[in-house]
Amino acid sequence: MNKDRRDFLKLAGVTVAGIGASSAFHALLSGEAAASGLRRAGVVKTKAETRLGMVIDINKFIEHRGLAQRCIDACHSIHNVPDFANPDHQVKWLWTDKFEHVFVKDTHYRQAEKLQGTPVLALCNHCDNPPCVRVCPTRATFKKADGVVAMDYHRCIGCRFCMAACPYGARNFNWLDPRGKNERGNPLIRKLNRRYPTRTIGVVEKCNFCAHRLAVGELPACVEEAAAYEAIFFGNLNDPQSAISQVLREKFTITRRGSLGTRPSIFYIV
Amino acid sequence: MIEKAFQGSKGYWIWIACLLAVIAVGGWCYAQQFTHGLGVTGMSRDVSWGLYISQFTFLVGVAAGGLMLVLPYYLHNYKAFGRITILGEFMAIAAVVMCLMFIIADLGQPMRAFNVILHPSPQSIMFWDMIVLNGYLALNLLCGWAILHSEYKGVKYANWVKPFIYLSIPWAVSIHTVTAFLYAGLPGRDYWLTAIMAPRFLASAFAAGPALLLIIALVLERNTLFRVGQMAKDKLVTIITYAAIINFFFLACEFFVAYYSQYPSKMYTKDYLFFGLERDGLIFNNLVPYMQASVVIGVIGIALILMARSRKSDLLLGVSCAMIFLSLWIDKGLGMVLGGFVPNPFGQVTQYYPTIIELGITAAVWATGGLILTILYKVAISVKLEKGL
Repeated sequence: MNKDRRDFLKLAGVTVAGIGASSAFHALLSGEAAASGLRRAGVVKTKAETRLGMVIDINKFIEHRGLAQRCIDACHSIHNVPDFANPDHQVKWLWTDKFEHVFVKDTHYRQAEKLQGTPVLALCNHCDNPPCVRVCPTRATFKKADGVVAMDYHRCIGCRFCMAACPYGARNFNWLDPRGKNERGNPLIRKLNRRYPTRTIGVVEKCNFCAHRLAVGELPACVEEAAAYEAIFFGNLNDPQSAISQVLREKFTITRRGSLGTRPSIFYIV
Repeated sequence: MIEKAFQGSKGYWIWIACLLAVIAVGGWCYAQQFTHGLGVTGMSRDVSWGLYISQFTFLVGVAAGGLMLVLPYYLHNYKAFGRITILGEFMAIAAVVMCLMFIIADLGQPMRAFNVILHPSPQSIMFWDMIVLNGYLALNLLCGWAILHSEYKGVKYANWVKPFIYLSIPWAVSIHTVTAFLYAGLPGRDYWLTAIMAPRFLASAFAAGPALLLIIALVLERNTLFRVGQMAKDKLVTIITYAAIINFFFLACEFFVAYYSQYPSKMYTKDYLFFGLERDGLIFNNLVPYMQASVVIGVIGIALILMARSRKSDLLLGVSCAMIFLSLWIDKGLGMVLGGFVPNPFGQVTQYYPTIIELGITAAVWATGGLILTILYKVAISVKLEKGL
């Protein structure tokens, strides 16, 4: 939607607000009456100008075995992600799990051999219709205008409703002090990055699509790491001209648990 | 009126001292948790809610259960409940206070709890749960105290109390409905994603609440001159029996849907809770003995409570109520919340075991509820006996 049209709609909305038919008028004017019906049904959530998304090419990660770990390391060091040894307390923004685990509810029982047991990158899906944002009682988790599901670590009360709500296991809680030390006396954050905050005990955290890097014109850390291999595509899903839209038009992709209506923004080429 | 709480027998003070001792130990445990974080509990990234939230959920039911006394008395003018209605209201107060304490105990950042009010988020069910629980607490404090105070003064309660009494009736339904919606509205948790959750919560609440109340009333009868009355007991047995049977009917419905449809997501958690779930050659079944016992104890409890009524046996009545209460506590205060996290979003299983510190805090919250209940009941019974009601 260009700026002039939006201004016109605003003006039109204000004009008819008095007769209480503003929203219906809006929908008709923009020729989106059909779309608004779909929106109610949960098929189409937002019509924002920008919705950032990602396509991960699983084949490229099979070809380049060490790449996934390099992406994870880049992500975790930039974001001061603490390294808890206890798997129950682990904090993971970007990680790998077996293909059949990541797509546990979306795949049948006889997969191609190359996929069985293959490590696949998993991260926050930055859903278009995110359950975590819906359930947060303080709006510490919120959706930005560009589609990124972001967090305010200072507002989070640590109720973990979002962890129960996330169908992708992408949310982490700081069960212990992330600024503390492990049993060997080494700091849990190996090398402090002063350009990104550390978190406090008792709050939830997760991948933020590198919102702080996007703000200064940089790509997400994992995308940058994988750029040379064309293994991860990143861009605006709502722009038909973008590279990511072109990839999605040409390749067969899947998402995690698409049937839930969350509309994930992370796609996978199998 | 509150002075009645400070005049008691030796047994009364020993009981109070025991409760305070448990609270003190739990307070120390909470200090540990507050300093070191929720990592001192048995919760994990996979089972991110544990004993605290499951106790909270169960106690919302106990609080709502008071409705089964208030509704017949005020709406249907069922006089036999006149003496025990106040016990239902005061039990709701103690239960809701415990609920709020369990929520605070579960927060990673308890000092920020008021963010829920500073940044109200009506799209979150937790926001509404905060409103209905605090509202229910206020309503019961107001109605319970105002009615008892008028009895103390020997007059009928003021007319302004009435609207609040009537409001408290649908409000009791709302607290457990909203609490069920916390779980039932999450797309990724198949065990919780069931429209029958709120009705089932209410059914178990209307059995567990009155069962606990009847146990306490029987203890009071043994130790004081307070009498519940045979008619009230019989009616409570009817209510508890129907509610418990409806609860098990709902459970049977859940089983039918899962196992007849053979829909895997609906079967996994029930497998885990009742039979054991196999993953990569390992069997996960740490809750199976409890959940199976829950069904057996509950069914025997229902049979015994009917026998207790026909034989007019108070001992049997107490035992059967305790069995029904225990059965529902295991089902909702343990399996319901913990089961929802199995399997995790990757199809894997993490089993949860509470730690000693977690158990200590849980015991302390129950003891605080017991203390509040003791003081409120002491006042209520003293007033009633003094006025010959």
